[in-house]
Amino acid sequence: MGRKLLTEHINVEGIDTFEVYRKHGGYRSVEKALKTMTPDEVVEEVKKSGLRGRGGAGFPTGMKWSFLAKPEGVPRYLVCNADESEPGTFKDRQLMSKLPHLLVEGMITSSYALGANTSYIYIRGELLYVLRILEKAIAEAYAAGFLGKNILGSGYDLDLFVHPGGGAYICGEETALLESLEGKRGNPRNKPPFPAVQGLYARPTVVNNVESIAAVPVIVNDGGEEYAKIGVGRSTGTKLFSACGHLNKPGIYEIELGLPVEEFIYSDEYCGGIWKGRDLKAVVAGGSSVPILPKELILKTAAGEPRLMSYESLSDGGFVTGTMLGSGGFIAMDETTCIVRNTWSFSRFYHHESCGQCSPCREGTGWLEKVLHRLEHGHGHMEDIDLLVSVAKQIEGNTICPLGEAAAWPVAAAVRHFRDEFEWHVTHAKEAAKPGAVYQGKSVLV
Amino acid sequence: METTSVKPQFSEAAKAEIERICKQYPTERRKSALLPVLHIAQAEFGGWVSPEVQDLVAEVIGIKPIEVYEVSSFYTMFNLKPVGKHVLEICRTGPCMLRGSDELTAHLERITGAKVNGATSPDGLFTLKEVECLAACGFAPIVQVREKYYEQLDTPAAVDAMLTDLRNQVHRPALPWEETGLPNALANN
Amino acid sequence: MAKITFDGIEVEVPDGTTILNAARQIGGSIVPPAMCYYTPLKGSGGKCRACLVRVAAGSTKDPRPMPKLVASCVTPVQDGMVVENTTSEQVLDVRKGIVEMLLINHPLDCPVCDQAGECDLQNFAFEHGVSTTRYQEERRTFEKIDIGPLIQLHMTRCILCYRCVYTADQIAKGDRVHGVLGRGDAAEIGTYIENIIDNDFSGNVIDVCPVGALTDKTFRFKQRVWFTKPVNAHRDCPKCAGNVTLWYKGQDVLRVTGRKDQYGEVKEWICNECRFDKKETADWTIEGPAHIDRSSVISANHYELPVLNQSVIADLPESTQRDLEKNPPLKLG
Repeated sequence: MGRKLLTEHINVEGIDTFEVYRKHGGYRSVEKALKTMTPDEVVEEVKKSGLRGRGGAGFPTGMKWSFLAKPEGVPRYLVCNADESEPGTFKDRQLMSKLPHLLVEGMITSSYALGANTSYIYIRGELLYVLRILEKAIAEAYAAGFLGKNILGSGYDLDLFVHPGGGAYICGEETALLESLEGKRGNPRNKPPFPAVQGLYARPTVVNNVESIAAVPVIVNDGGEEYAKIGVGRSTGTKLFSACGHLNKPGIYEIELGLPVEEFIYSDEYCGGIWKGRDLKAVVAGGSSVPILPKELILKTAAGEPRLMSYESLSDGGFVTGTMLGSGGFIAMDETTCIVRNTWSFSRFYHHESCGQCSPCREGTGWLEKVLHRLEHGHGHMEDIDLLVSVAKQIEGNTICPLGEAAAWPVAAAVRHFRDEFEWHVTHAKEAAKPGAVYQGKSVLV
Repeated sequence: METTSVKPQFSEAAKAEIERICKQYPTERRKSALLPVLHIAQAEFGGWVSPEVQDLVAEVIGIKPIEVYEVSSFYTMFNLKPVGKHVLEICRTGPCMLRGSDELTAHLERITGAKVNGATSPDGLFTLKEVECLAACGFAPIVQVREKYYEQLDTPAAVDAMLTDLRNQVHRPALPWEETGLPNALANN
Repeated sequence: MAKITFDGIEVEVPDGTTILNAARQIGGSIVPPAMCYYTPLKGSGGKCRACLVRVAAGSTKDPRPMPKLVASCVTPVQDGMVVENTTSEQVLDVRKGIVEMLLINHPLDCPVCDQAGECDLQNFAFEHGVSTTRYQEERRTFEKIDIGPLIQLHMTRCILCYRCVYTADQIAKGDRVHGVLGRGDAAEIGTYIENIIDNDFSGNVIDVCPVGALTDKTFRFKQRVWFTKPVNAHRDCPKCAGNVTLWYKGQDVLRVTGRKDQYGEVKEWICNECRFDKKETADWTIEGPAHIDRSSVISANHYELPVLNQSVIADLPESTQRDLEKNPPLKLG
């Protein structure tokens, strides 16, 4: 089993309290940064670590930090994106509810690096119980002098607050999140200006995922170079994967990037194989918006190399034969899964979650869902399959925010790899519409 | 349920909590408190936010009513119509569907008599609402009731246990922070 | 100042100008269409995606192309930027797609819609769309709502450009009562609790609406706009500048609107008294025919033409000449 940098102590009794967390080495990064490092030195370590944004986009965190505008006398903000809602992803919820102080510590160290004196954690509204866990941890940190005025006598002040959302996937998009934090509808903003220049309250702002922030204490404690030694190539460090779907052992796994996908799925250390002794059919490896891959392509790349759990290996082959690491929401589907039904479900999700602001997404997501619904329920036509691809293409790249792509990619990929199954839904419409009916090559499993 | 003739009022405890929340944002940015205050309002006034309650929210924050309506109708957690004592939010998204959320929904409709996204159960206890991903996919299928997650509801026994738990709740927690049940799966993961 | 190349034409504009406004400085058929952007309305733009263009080179400093098409109405120019609009197949193709998206849930009830003839969506679809649809599903519908006695909201036709919301914000100085409710394709313009938009300038939401979602109830079903003749006029108004366009049918003023420029934008708001109550020629000082620049069925009337070009009159059929003598065309002011 690989090293665990974030979740090493996750099962320690009382680790959600300040006392126990501190005993296990907690808040060392705050002491080290505030007492021995300049803010820029902290940024430098994060850059050296090669840490990439853990929310899904995989943009280098250190580089994002260095883009932050720093005009004199203007406050700037750090906002933590805890609006975890990408289907298949549930790592941040576990991390925050079990290790709240890790996030608080990461927020303090990161805020110091960015020169923010007020920071927010934007948590999805459904996780109000986690908000209370975080607020308790924050209160403990204030009491211990790690938050508030003149932290540890360093002269650095920081206030940290938790803000709940209200039920909207789109608020995971950073500018929609900022709108929501300002008390508005979660409509993503046009960019430019980017948040690094005009973010929260039109001030320079950095928005980072929970897991990215939680990795900062490790990086500051051990040094960026040490962190970068873990993993493979430009996929440095460890990553939390949320494994779900038809697995024997769904759950959260912290892995060193570079673990073979096959080992992750079948090893008893991780997911323990496919449930009920069934065969694997397909995997969505990085949250519902990344392309689905059939068994053969998720276990091995098109070149026949073992597929690894890393940014590069998962995207090997582009969208033709590859996918993306995304948020690490790993959804496994067994041989009884109907791909059309599953794609329809994802499409329904994006249709439901489109903010409705820009026309390709507002109209296109609903269109995709309706056509897929028709196919799944036995009323589809052969042309519908190409129509899906065409509508997906009309959305992709033409919207204000990436929800357009997130809605288009899963549909395009499902047709790309499972076209025969879509066709079967047209040629055998009656059979296909039966509950539980699944296409398996030429045979049908009911 | 509120009537239009009586203007709703927040309890003293809620007022104090609202003021605490408003202080988290710059003074001229009180509107930021809108979502947290709507959560408090929904918990305080019977699990939904009537136009009158929304007007009250606008008043305490100091914004126009339309600014509240725009927001309350955008976010799915706010119920704009009266609901039963317990609102069961059933996740229907892919990962939950793979582990039987459709069957769970049908089962809940059968045993409670409520209709998904429709009529409350005849005893007035349960409203069934389908929602999208609740970020607990590894413990699917799941139902959220206010702040509590009920997980791995893939057996009739698990569903019964949840309903019994809910039926045994003497009162609906008036304020959100009265209830801090942790999900089962968190305790044993 | 920044120098950019737009469809091969160079233009120099002040820093911070948007690509769309730079193109408007060049003018003509290369200007991208805009369904949601509206110059006087702060915050408008970026939503309809009609004005997407390709940035083939970002700037002199960083000449890489931008990875995606950008909304020209909200993207500022950079010195040395190279933009492709009508010269890019990709842009034209995507624009076709945008027309299709905007139309799949539109009722296409132009024959009974008061906006027909001066509808941005109609023009946009005519110029950039395809004449068939691939959409088989039921279209989205809403009930018609009266927002006050003078304005009707027909949400089914709305393309959610948000212009009326920004207008209300501006004229009511934050005291607006209508906004966007709901989300996704269920989002709608509304007041939530049947509020009346009670403001002296509320009628301007009719002028900014690019489609027939907000219409003037005093003009409802009175006349097709292309049978009416626009005439610029003004009056001393204590509330607004009083500069308007009157729309005549024969001797009757059928409606009053703000004056629109060639991009359909009203630069001066007019008050409700001017718009709804002053429908007699005697209320106004007539300036002359209003010129319609943009191609549409209204400009197809060409009733200014005889004034401008005497030689054409000579070639007209005798009956037309007699008609012209009887009803001499209005002189340009």
